[in-house]
Formats: sequence, structure tokens, C-alpha cells
Amino acid sequence: MTAAEQALRVLVVDDEAPARNRLRDLLADCAVKMPLEIAGEAATGRQALEMLPACEADVVLLDIRMPDMDGIETAQHIQKFDDPPVVIFTTAYDAYALKAFEVHAIDYLLKPIRLSRLSEALARVRSFAPLKPDVLREMKPDARSHLSVNERGRIHLIPVPEIVFLKAELKYVTVRTAEREFLLEESLARLEQEFFGRFVRVHRNCLVAKDAIRGFERALDADGEGHWVVVLNNVAEKIDVSRRQQHIVRELGRIL
Amino acid sequence: MSINQNANTGALPNFRNLGILLRILVIVDGMCLAAALLKTTEPLVLMEELIDVSAIVQPILILSLLALAAANDWLHRLRYWHALAALIVLELAITAAVYGFGAHMLGTAGGLGRYVIFTLVITGVLIGYFDLRGRALSPALTEARLQALQARIRPHFLFNSINAVLSLMRQEPRRAEQALEDLADLYRVLMADNRQLAPIAREVALAKQYLSIEELRLGDRLRIEWDISHMPADALIPPLVLQPLLENAVYHGIEPRSEPGTISIRISREAKEMHLTLRNPYRPNGSHHAGNRMALANIRERLALHFDAEAGIKTVASADTYEVRIVIPYLKAGT
Repeated sequence: MTAAEQALRVLVVDDEAPARNRLRDLLADCAVKMPLEIAGEAATGRQALEMLPACEADVVLLDIRMPDMDGIETAQHIQKFDDPPVVIFTTAYDAYALKAFEVHAIDYLLKPIRLSRLSEALARVRSFAPLKPDVLREMKPDARSHLSVNERGRIHLIPVPEIVFLKAELKYVTVRTAEREFLLEESLARLEQEFFGRFVRVHRNCLVAKDAIRGFERALDADGEGHWVVVLNNVAEKIDVSRRQQHIVRELGRIL
Repeated sequence: MSINQNANTGALPNFRNLGILLRILVIVDGMCLAAALLKTTEPLVLMEELIDVSAIVQPILILSLLALAAANDWLHRLRYWHALAALIVLELAITAAVYGFGAHMLGTAGGLGRYVIFTLVITGVLIGYFDLRGRALSPALTEARLQALQARIRPHFLFNSINAVLSLMRQEPRRAEQALEDLADLYRVLMADNRQLAPIAREVALAKQYLSIEELRLGDRLRIEWDISHMPADALIPPLVLQPLLENAVYHGIEPRSEPGTISIRISREAKEMHLTLRNPYRPNGSHHAGNRMALANIRERLALHFDAEAGIKTVASADTYEVRIVIPYLKAGT
């Protein structure tokens, strides 16, 4: 069997049960004309990310407006898979997203979805270009609710409120939570911009979550001169405050 | 001052309306004061200046108001431009007459020219003011506003509902039928002429139909608590006050959460007032609030059009709940 003849595996993601039922009916109709299998159904973005490594979906039909993590953000995390499935967005009405889809020629399905539109989209799926992270970022002006890293083929989600600090190191950004750390392939400047207000830059290479700061204290340099360091809740490590960023000690004003 | 004042664009105000007369009085005296203030701010001198000006202006003003009230019907029969010309001639005649009489009696300072200019300026300002005000209050505009208000149900809701109905067609055709009937009823009310007050029982029935459509797609994520055992069913309320608020509650309170949430509605009568309270869970991360503010502003505006200051709408947001409280006067149907 060649790749084109292999059944297309579809994951349906929508928070509303009737919407999933409807897609299931339509996919069953499509299956008459083309080899097709339902790889699974998920009610949230998080659930979809958990199912994806095992269900080996080729296509994800992804609703945009969902609780906790919306479809655009879910798609951003899906792109972290080594061989991400094709994402086709579904939406009832979202003027902002629709405009972006048109601008970037991203395929989407409008609810109520027509059988003919669905089968057309699925027939073309193998020729789709992968979604670009920049485009997805542009479509979602709000900050993500989670950061994500690919760990041995699974996507690990890090809730943003759990992040204590972000530190740039060579190619990566280290994401530190109370429990452990992760390596993220993103730029610190962009993260600072995205999560503006939540983190404060204490050093050229480090953003610290304001909520995680217990206070500031003085520490001695190797050459005997003093400088400020950040003392954190839940993490023993102390972070240097650069001379340039010293003003934040006064602004946040929690000197220990 | 109500919208029934027949203030068409390009029409003079009703000079027999006490409110209009009061406005003219305030504006003219305000301008006199401003003119006097331009000359001096010394209190005593100012006083003198005012008395001086008033000696001429007040008689002109009083005579003008009397003349306008008397000529009101005649002026309104004329074409707007003709009426304006007649008005200006009338004002100049009164000014000249008062000046001729007053200057002789009081020996007041300043020539006739000064008062003619003053009269022309004031008349011009008043005509401009009433023209603008007429435009702002024109029934056409109010109607357009009300019509715009009616179209405010979220397209998001319509398409999702149709999608939900479609999903029922094959497995549960009877539920699909009922859902379509509810949807039809809802849109019938949405598209009807909603400028008259309607019994609150009808509004509650409509709200229930709306919620049953939402339950269809949200399943047990949506929980509703009605507390309407003390609601007089014959109380009158502007139509579509409850439904848009419930729509907001679902959109902002229920849809963004994956766990179930409860919307509670309490309607009761307290003495001569009806109290409506609507509460929904809420997470203050505020990215979807434009629609909410718009709906609230619309309802506030409609309540004001119907009840003026006797009605009120208030919102209270706490850490995890959002509450809308409405008070309207208790009016019984058929009275």
C-alpha cells in the first residue's frame, strides 16, 4: 500500500459534545469515498495533546473557542511534535481568526460544517504546508496559558503561573518551576514581550516571575564588591540582579 | 424631556415646553454672565455690570419668551427657514423696542448696535443648540438605536446552535425538532418590534427557551437556578433584558470553563420595585469584555428610555462571581 492509499487518521477536538457527534457523522460519510479512520475524540486541547503520541493522527480537526486552552494555543503546542499532524481549524464565528486564516491561506472549516467542504479539505490534507509558529503567534495576541516542551515524543505542558524564572542559556531558555526545569527553544525577548507584566527582567539573561519573588538581598562578588540578588519562593537558587536593572529592587521594594 | 417631543431635524423647539423655556433662560443668562466676566472679575464691578446688562437683556428675554410661546403654533406651521427668519426679525424688533423704551428710562450705557449684536449672537447660539439637540433626540435616531440593539445576539450563538441541531438530526430527530422550534421562537422575538414593555413571564419563558438551546450544546457544564417564586407574572419589563444578560453569562461564565458552572437568576418584587439579579461564575482574566460592556450599555440605555431615572442597572464583580442587578419600577400589565 502506498502512503496515499493508507487510511487518513483524524483526531476530533471540540469542547461541545454535539459538535463532536456531528463531525463523527460527517467523517463516517466521508469514509465512504476515501480511506478514513477516526483516531480519537478530545474535549480539550490538553486532552488532545495527551492523546496525539499514541493515536497517530494525520489530521487534527481543532475547534478554536475552547475552555482553558483555545485551539490556536493548542495548535502552537502541537507544532512541537517531531512530526506534527496537519491541523484544520473549525469555528462557528470568530472574525479575528477568520481574517488571519485568509491572510495566511490556512485551511479552516466553518461550523456548521458541510460534508463537501470537509471531504475537500481532507483530500488535500497531504499537500498542506505545516503551520508556522509566527503565524499562530500573530493569530493569538493574548499570552499562552502554558509553555510546552517536547520530551521523548510527548508534549509536556508547563502552566505559566507555575514558572519561577526563565533564563537564557546559549541556544535555549531554561524554564524553572518549583519542581524542575525544562529547556525551551524560544527567545527570551519574545517571552518577555508575550508575558509582559508577569515577569520582571532582573538581568540581561533572566526573567523572574513577580509573584515568585520573596525579596532581595546583598551578595558579594568575587572581587569583593556587593550586588543585589533575588531570593525566590520555593526555589533555593538565587538570581543575580545586574547593575543596569538595580532599579527594580527599589520598585519592587522587598529588601530582606 | 422625552423623545416624544417631536423634535424633528430642522424644526424649532416647542416654545411652550417648560424645559425648553428653562434652557433658553439658563443659556441667555449664562452668556450675559460670561460677557460681564470678560470685562471684569472684580465682584462689585461685576455686579454693577450685570445689573446694567440685565436692565436691558432681562426684559428682552421675558418678552421674547412670551412672544415665542404665543407665536409657537404659527412658527411651527412655517417652513424651517422662514420660521428662522421670522424669529430673528421678532427678536430684533423686541430688542429695538426694549432699547428704545429702556434707554430713555434708564439712560443705560452702550449703543443700540451693541444689543443688536448681542441679540443676534444669542439667537444664533440658541438656534444652533436646539438644532443639535433635536437631531440627537430625533425619534428616527432612537428607533435606529433600538433596531441596532435588536440585532445584537451573537452570531457565535446562532452558528453553534445550528451546528448543535444538525448533530441531533440523525440520532435524536425529536430533540432536533424541539431545538429548532425554540430557536425559531427566540428569533421571532429578537426580530419583533421590541419597543413596548412586555409581561415578565414572557421574558422568563423566552430566557428558558434560550437556555435549553445552550444546554443542548454545553450539556451538564451549564447549570441553572431559577428563584422566581415571588415574581409577579404580570409585571412589565422592556423585552430582551434577561436574554442578552444570560447570553453574556454563558459566554463569559460558562464557556471558558471546562468544569460545570451555575447561573442563578432571582426575580422578585419589593414594594413598588422589581428586582432582577443574575449571577454567574467568572474568571477575571478579561479578554472578552467588549461584548459584555456593549450589551450592558444597550440595556442601560433602553431602561433609561423606558423609565428614566427610576430604573437602574449595576454590576458587581468579585473574585469568582459576576453579578448584574437591575431595579425597575413595578408596573402591572393592563394599567
